[in-house]
Amino acid sequence: MFEKIFFLLCLSTALAEQLCRPEASDGYRVRLSIKTALGDEAYVWNDNEMFLFRATLAFAMRNQISGQEFEVSNIIVCDETPRVSFWFVVTSPQNTSQLVDKESVEEAVRKSRNRINSAFLLTDKTLEFIGIPPTLAAPVNPDTPPWLIVFGLVMGAVGAGIIVLLASSVVQKKRKNDEKPDDEEIDEETRVKTVENSAASEGIYNRSFSDDERFTHM
Amino acid sequence: TLFPRQKEGTERPKWDNKVQYLLTCIGFAVGLGNVWRFPYLCQIYGGGAFLIPYVIALVFEGLPLLYMELAIGQRLRMGSVGVWNSISPYLGGLGVASMMVSFLVGLFYNMILAWVLWYFFHSFQSPLPWRDCPLNLNHTGYLTECEKSSPVNYFWYRKTLNITPDIETSGPLQWWLVLCLATAWCLVYICFIRGIETIGKAIYITATFPYLVLTIFLVRALTLSGATDGLVYLFTPNWETLKNPKVWLDAATQIFFSLSLAFGGLIAFSSYNPQKNNCERDALIVGCVNSLTSIYASIPIFAILGFKANENYNDCRNWNILKLTNAFNIGDENITLENYDDWLNHLNTTDPSEVESLSLKTCNLQTFLDQSASGTGLAFIVFTEAVIRMPGSQVWAVLFFVMLFSLGLSSMFGNLEGVLTPLLDLHMVPPWIPKEIFTGLICLTSFTVALIFTLGSGNYWLEIFNSYVGSMPLLIIAFFEIISVAYIYGINRFNDDIEWMTGRRPNIYWQATWRFISPFMLLVVFVAYVVIEAEKRPTYNAWNPDYVNFPLADVLHYPEWVFAICVLLSVLPVVSIPLVALYRFIGLLKKYIMNRHNPNPYANEFCNGDL
Repeated sequence: MFEKIFFLLCLSTALAEQLCRPEASDGYRVRLSIKTALGDEAYVWNDNEMFLFRATLAFAMRNQISGQEFEVSNIIVCDETPRVSFWFVVTSPQNTSQLVDKESVEEAVRKSRNRINSAFLLTDKTLEFIGIPPTLAAPVNPDTPPWLIVFGLVMGAVGAGIIVLLASSVVQKKRKNDEKPDDEEIDEETRVKTVENSAASEGIYNRSFSDDERFTHM
Repeated sequence: TLFPRQKEGTERPKWDNKVQYLLTCIGFAVGLGNVWRFPYLCQIYGGGAFLIPYVIALVFEGLPLLYMELAIGQRLRMGSVGVWNSISPYLGGLGVASMMVSFLVGLFYNMILAWVLWYFFHSFQSPLPWRDCPLNLNHTGYLTECEKSSPVNYFWYRKTLNITPDIETSGPLQWWLVLCLATAWCLVYICFIRGIETIGKAIYITATFPYLVLTIFLVRALTLSGATDGLVYLFTPNWETLKNPKVWLDAATQIFFSLSLAFGGLIAFSSYNPQKNNCERDALIVGCVNSLTSIYASIPIFAILGFKANENYNDCRNWNILKLTNAFNIGDENITLENYDDWLNHLNTTDPSEVESLSLKTCNLQTFLDQSASGTGLAFIVFTEAVIRMPGSQVWAVLFFVMLFSLGLSSMFGNLEGVLTPLLDLHMVPPWIPKEIFTGLICLTSFTVALIFTLGSGNYWLEIFNSYVGSMPLLIIAFFEIISVAYIYGINRFNDDIEWMTGRRPNIYWQATWRFISPFMLLVVFVAYVVIEAEKRPTYNAWNPDYVNFPLADVLHYPEWVFAICVLLSVLPVVSIPLVALYRFIGLLKKYIMNRHNPNPYANEFCNGDL
C-alpha cells in the first residue's frame, strides 16, 4: 500500500520534472532583481515567495482562460538559481500532463502584468519574463503642447511691451508738438543763425588743405 | 581736426552713465562663444597650456585693436561708415563692409537664439522631452532613429531642426521654428526699439544675469560626483600641444572673434560717449573681463561635463555587471562597481568562453571625457544630456537656456547697432520716419531673410554663414582698420587725439602693437587661415538616418552652387572696400578733368561725409 503511494508520488514528481525543463517549448524564464528594486527593504526569496508567485500566475491564467480553474499545482517551477531566476510551465487543469501553449501563457502574463508586479513590489524592469516584452507606457499627450503655452505667455508679454513703448513715444511726440509749436520755429531760426554765424567766424574752411597734408608731406 | 556734422536741433544720444556703456561693450564681447567655444578649445589643446597662446594673442592682438576701435569711435563720434569716411573718403568701403558683416551675422546669430528659446519653452515639462525616446506606431518599441542615436540627439535633429539628409533638400519652413524666430526678433526689437536708450536699460539685466547663473551652476556643479574628473581633465596642461601651430592660430582667431572686433558695433557704442573719456581704461576693462569670463565659464561647464562622463562611465560598467549577473545567475547586486574587477577575473578563469560570448563593453572614463563638443552640439546635445541626470532638471534647464539667451541677446545689440548707427549717421533715414519704426523695419527685414534658417536644411546654411561670413571678412576688415589708423590717419595724429581725450599719450606698448605687431599678427593669421581652408575641399556633417554608419555623421561635399554661395558670402562684404575706393577715385578723376577744362578757384572740392 505504502509502496504504491510512494511509487505514484515519485511518478508524479518525475512527470512534473519532465514537463518542466529549462528551454522547454512552452515555458518562460522569470528573472527577479529584488535588491535592485527595493534596496534595504528587500525581502528574502524563499519557498513562501515562490508559492505566492505560483498563486499569482494561476490567478493570471484563470483571468485569461475563463472556465478553467487553475490551481497552484498547475504552475510547475524548476531550475531555480541564486540570481533568483527560474523556469516555469503551466499545465492544464483538465489534463496535468499536458502543457498550456506558449501564446496563452504570454497573453495571460501580459494582461495581468501589473497585478503580478504589484504582488512582489517590483516593476517591469525588475521582474522580467524573458521573451515577453513589457508593453511600453503610452506617452501622455496633452491637447495643447505645453511649449505653446509658454510661447504664448512670452509673446503676449513682449507684444504688450512693444505696444506700450510705441504708444508712449507717440504720446511724447504729441505732447512736444502741442506744447511748443511756436517756440520751435523761433528756436529753429536762432539755431540756423548761430550755425551760420559760427561758420562765418571760422572762415571759409577750405578742406582741400587738410587733405593735402595727408598725402604730401613737405 | 574734423568736426562731424550733426542734425540741427537733435543731440547725439548718449549713455546715461559710464556703467551702461561698459556693460554694453562687455555684453557685446561676452557672447555664446565664451561659453561654448573657449572651453572646447581649452579641452582639445591641452587644457591649461592653451592659456599661454590665448593670453599672448590677447595682449598683442586683442587689446590693441579694441583700444583703437573704442578710441576712433569716441573721437570721431560716428558709426563705422562715418568714421572711416572721415579718416579718408577712400576708406568708406570699410564701414560698409562692417555694416554688411554685422547684418549677416545678426541673421544667423538670432536663429541660434531662436533655438535656445525653443529649448527654453520645452523646459517646463516633466519629464523633459529629450529624456525619453518616443514610441513607434504600434507601441512595441522605440523609434529606430531615436534608438540608434540617443534621445537628446533625436530631439535636436528631428524634433527641433527636422533636418534634411543633405543641404540640397530644402524641406519646407518648419512652423515651430518660425514662431521661435519671430519671438526672438520681437525680444530683440523691444530692447533695441529706441537705440541705446532702451539698450542701456536692458543691458543691466542681460549683461549681469549670465554671471549670476554661471555662479549658481558653479556651486551646483562642484557638488556633483565626477566634477573633479572633468576639471582635472580640462586644466591639466599638455605642453606638447604648444608645438602645434594650429593651436596658436586658433588662439589668435578665438581672441579676435571673442572680442567682436571689426563689426562696427564697438565703434558705434563708443561714439555715444563724451569725448573726454578714458577709453584706454575702458579697453583694458572690456578685454580682460571678456577673457576672465571665458575662463570662469569653463569651470562649471567642465565640471558638468565631467559629471556626465562619470554617469556614462558608470552606466557602461553597470551594463556589463548586469550582463554578467544574468549570464552566470549570480545573486542580484552581488557584483558591485567596487568588486567588479575581482568578479571578472574569477569568472574569466572559471568560464572564459562564456565571458567571451557576452561581448562586454570596454568602459574607459577617458573616452567619455574625450567626447568633446563645441557650439550648438555642446549646448543642445551634451549639456541637455547632463541636465536630465541632475536632480531638479527643469530648473537647471530653464536657468541654462535663459543664460544662453541673455548672452546672445547682448551680443545681438552690438550687431544691430553696427547696422543702425551708420545708417542714422549717413542720414539715409528720411527724418519723418521715427526711430522706432526704422528699428522695426531692420528687425522685420532681418527676420524675413533669416527664414532660410528655418528650412529643413537650415542648420547646414547656418554653418555656412558661421564659417564664411563670421571669419575671413572680419580678419580683412580688421587688418585694413589698423593699417588705416596707423598709416593713413597717422599714428601721431591718433596719439594727439588720444592725449586730448584721455590726458595721456599712449605708451610704447600701444605704439609698438598698433604700428607693427598687430597688423603683422593679423596678416599671419589671415594667410594661415586661407591656406588651411584652401587645403581641402570643404565638407559638412549631415544627419542622415538612412546612412550606413548612422548615427555617425555622413560627411558630404558641398555641391558647386553652394560652394559658390560660400565664396560669395566671404567676398561680398569685403568687395565694398575696393569698390568704394574706386568710386571715389573715379569721382576725383572726373572733377580733376572738369577743372582742367573749367578752372574755378572758389569751388570747394572735398566734402567729407558725402557718399
